[in-house]
Amino acid sequence: MDKPLIKITVQTEDFSLADEYQLLANTPGCGAVLTFSGLVRDDGSTQLQSLELEHYPGMTEQALTDIALLAVARFKVKAVTLIHRIGTLTPQQQIVLVGVASSHRREAFQAGEFIMDYLKTKAPLWKKQHLATGSDWVDAKHTDAECAKRWDLS
Amino acid sequence: MIKILFFAALRERLQCRELQLAITQPCQMQDVLKQLQQQSEKWQQVFSEQQLLCALNQQICSLNTLVHPGDELAFFPPVTGG
Repeated sequence: MDKPLIKITVQTEDFSLADEYQLLANTPGCGAVLTFSGLVRDDGSTQLQSLELEHYPGMTEQALTDIALLAVARFKVKAVTLIHRIGTLTPQQQIVLVGVASSHRREAFQAGEFIMDYLKTKAPLWKKQHLATGSDWVDAKHTDAECAKRWDLS
Repeated sequence: MIKILFFAALRERLQCRELQLAITQPCQMQDVLKQLQQQSEKWQQVFSEQQLLCALNQQICSLNTLVHPGDELAFFPPVTGG
């Protein structure tokens, strides 16, 4: 098997889904490309003005690299792209991109879900929401921990 | 010396981003935590109220993990990225 292509970026600026897709689609031998992008959600009830993302520089990149390597080892995918934005974001802006290139669709879907579940419980990033009524830190969700458990992660 | 970092809600409540602590011999993460709690009544309260994770040299660890002089430690709330 060729050496997997892993791209990890933590950045304030936006990313281009089309550019990242093309990079993954160029992976030799790839027959499936999966991309997932997470957006800042405003469900209307909280009047979200902006979301502030804080992280632990150095550890975030390491944690994202670790999960990409785990996904490659577990699902035999050929390439993983992981981009996470930090700083201040407004509703509907992109926060996170997970991209996977593999031979077949099944492992691409599985690797994508695995990476997001892991990222949500292990990568040192925190969201603070600024609402019309004030600001508060977002609490970790019990459901995220449950999702990560199904992959047998400690 | 060891370097200790705090993030997110914990950083705000402690009003502290980073501090140095003198240790001369290896100890456990929980010994460091005890020392931090003894800084003041406020710190005692914040650490008892906040659910926390800890990391040693940028890897998530447990309170039993051994800490050596020169290490970088961090305490932070459960993560909420993605």
